Amino acid sequence: MATDYVIAKQVSKHFGHQQVLNQIDLTLPAGMIYGLIGPSGAGKTTLIKSILGMEAVDSGTVKVMDTVMPNRAVMAQVGYMAQSDALYETLTARENLTLFGQLMSVPKIKLAQMIDYAAGLVDLTSQLDKRVSGYSGGMKRRLSLAIALIQDPQLLILDEPTVGIDPELRQQIWTELNKLKDTGKSMLVTTHVMDEAERCDYLMLIRHGIALAEGTPAALKQQYAVDTIEQVFLKAGRMQDANDGNR
Amino acid sequence: MRTMAIVRRVFKQMLRDKRTLALMFLAPLLIMTLMYFLFQNNTTQVASLGVHHVDQSVVNVIDTKNVTIHHYDSSQARKMIKQHDLDGYLTQKNGQLTITYSNSNPTNTSLIKASLQSGLVKLKMKTLVTVTKKQRAALESQQAALKKLTAAQTQATVTKLKTAIAQAQARGDQATAEKLQKQLKQATATTSSSTQSAKATSYTTKSHYIYGSSDSTFFESFLPAFLGFFVFFFVFLISGVSLLNERTTGTLSRLLATPIRRSEIIMGYLIGYGGFAIIQTVLTVVFTITVFKIHLVGSIWLVFLTNLLLALVALTLGIFISTFANSEFQMIQFIPLIVVPQIFFAGLVPVDGMASWLQAIAHIMPLYYGANALTAVVTKGAGLGDIGVNLLILVGFMVVLTMLNIVGMKRYRKV
Ligand SMILES: Nc1ncnc2c1ncn2[C@@H]1O[C@H](COP(=O)(O)OP(=O)(O)OP(=O)(O)O)[C@@H](O)[C@H]1O
Ligand SMILES: [Mg+2]
Repeated sequence: MATDYVIAKQVSKHFGHQQVLNQIDLTLPAGMIYGLIGPSGAGKTTLIKSILGMEAVDSGTVKVMDTVMPNRAVMAQVGYMAQSDALYETLTARENLTLFGQLMSVPKIKLAQMIDYAAGLVDLTSQLDKRVSGYSGGMKRRLSLAIALIQDPQLLILDEPTVGIDPELRQQIWTELNKLKDTGKSMLVTTHVMDEAERCDYLMLIRHGIALAEGTPAALKQQYAVDTIEQVFLKAGRMQDANDGNR
Repeated sequence: MRTMAIVRRVFKQMLRDKRTLALMFLAPLLIMTLMYFLFQNNTTQVASLGVHHVDQSVVNVIDTKNVTIHHYDSSQARKMIKQHDLDGYLTQKNGQLTITYSNSNPTNTSLIKASLQSGLVKLKMKTLVTVTKKQRAALESQQAALKKLTAAQTQATVTKLKTAIAQAQARGDQATAEKLQKQLKQATATTSSSTQSAKATSYTTKSHYIYGSSDSTFFESFLPAFLGFFVFFFVFLISGVSLLNERTTGTLSRLLATPIRRSEIIMGYLIGYGGFAIIQTVLTVVFTITVFKIHLVGSIWLVFLTNLLLALVALTLGIFISTFANSEFQMIQFIPLIVVPQIFFAGLVPVDGMASWLQAIAHIMPLYYGANALTAVVTKGAGLGDIGVNLLILVGFMVVLTMLNIVGMKRYRKV
């Protein structure tokens, strides 16, 4: 029994003439929060979709839970939160959660309990029976996160989970993610918020589809001899541009 | 299980979308009612015909409730039609009638044409009748003379016999008297029977209509095709747009990030929207039968079955076509391309009379088969055996399109 939830090897992908992912290696062991950072358009979302098997890759292999992707059955063990909210607006939050719970094969008797748990985590309990069309942007984001948690998955793949969520609730969510981590679950998270990046156990910086740097936050700061991840981000970017210029 | 989750979702969404529900269930009834009144009565149309120097006998027979006659003093048809806004102008030179049609309204042209034709036929009949009448009068007078003659003869015999009887009785010869009495009876009997046989035999006709009635309208004859068309149109539009919405809002790819099978999504759609299609069919069929008193010759269950199959084809076609659209507006653009042409091949124009390449097109249109089956069931009472081939072809359409849809979803997830 391997303890690596995700093993991606030499993943490459292009759209048209644009090389979006260039030989990316990524390994996510159990009990880790893995952060993906990088500028907009770097290829983070594409990488996540390739890992899930929703995007065909040109070359390279992806294994999730020891299963070569794409694979339909493995999806039940992965909680996915897309970058843009994909919710049924005419349904209530509870109905959305119920639908995805059923699709994820959550047992009937456990479903109500799981809905309460997931909604409580994102502070939506009191708004569960309101239609999603009446939700604010942040509320929709939180509901998407609750849906990712509905089947209590071992692996969470969250694409910018905290966009549009206020600082207080964000703290709460990160505390909860850490608790989940302590039970042996793993998370792959993309973010543009640098203090969130600091909270990750391991980071990968992607730029123009290339994995520029990776390591624990502390190791990265040491490697680039700077004080913050933000400075790592900026410095690595400048170095890549300089290298490209030299060529 | 997952399929049912999709079905429940489709039902919930539809039930909350009151406008779409109304469109699906009430719009067909509204359009049918409108068509019912539109095609109900087209005999009130009156064409105006100008006449110049036409025999009164001809004018009399043309003058029906569909044509009004105006007399003018000019033989210039073109000018008079323009001047007085007439639908036609009739002139006569000796025995030659000349008719000029304005033809700006073809219906009025055909009204005049029909009146003129039937009028001329009537006129011919009339002359025939007068001729026969004259002949009959001559014959009758001859017959009367003949009758008088026979009557006189009988009278003579009777008187002769009567005197003979009286003589015999006076003589006391009873036997001869009785014999003569019998002869007398016979003589009078022959005269009465000959008058009886002169009565003519007359026939009465009574008409029976298997479908519709003597005042059957356009509406009734095309109703079955329209029943199919409505289901096809609305299901195509609603299912296509709703899958398109799933695609554009990202819920489709979100669904495919769960262990659901692609086929389960399609099946969920088929069952969910198929359910609404059934309700719609039942509603429109029951409405037309009860409100318009449409006579259904065949089985109502076959109507439901055919419509359900048509709906499923429309559903899979809508889903298939929606993959080529990027917005609702683009989806609407497919209606004149995909849906509207089908109505021409649904029996409005007889397909048998079409050019062969058009007939070929007809045979790739699902509505052609659906409408054929519906018309056969409603107007001729066709059974399952008669329309079986049509239904099988519809099933074929559905299966092929479903396959294409399931394969098409590979865009969002590779398995
Ligand atoms: N379906 C697509 N067709 C063509 N190009 C695409 C497609 N999806 C993504 N791209 C391109 O791939 C690149 C990477 O996109 P991606 O969504 O992975 O970026 P990202 O790192 O997630 O950015 P952001 O932080 O803004 O979300 C972008 O340049 C984008 O234009
Ligand atoms: Mg992204």
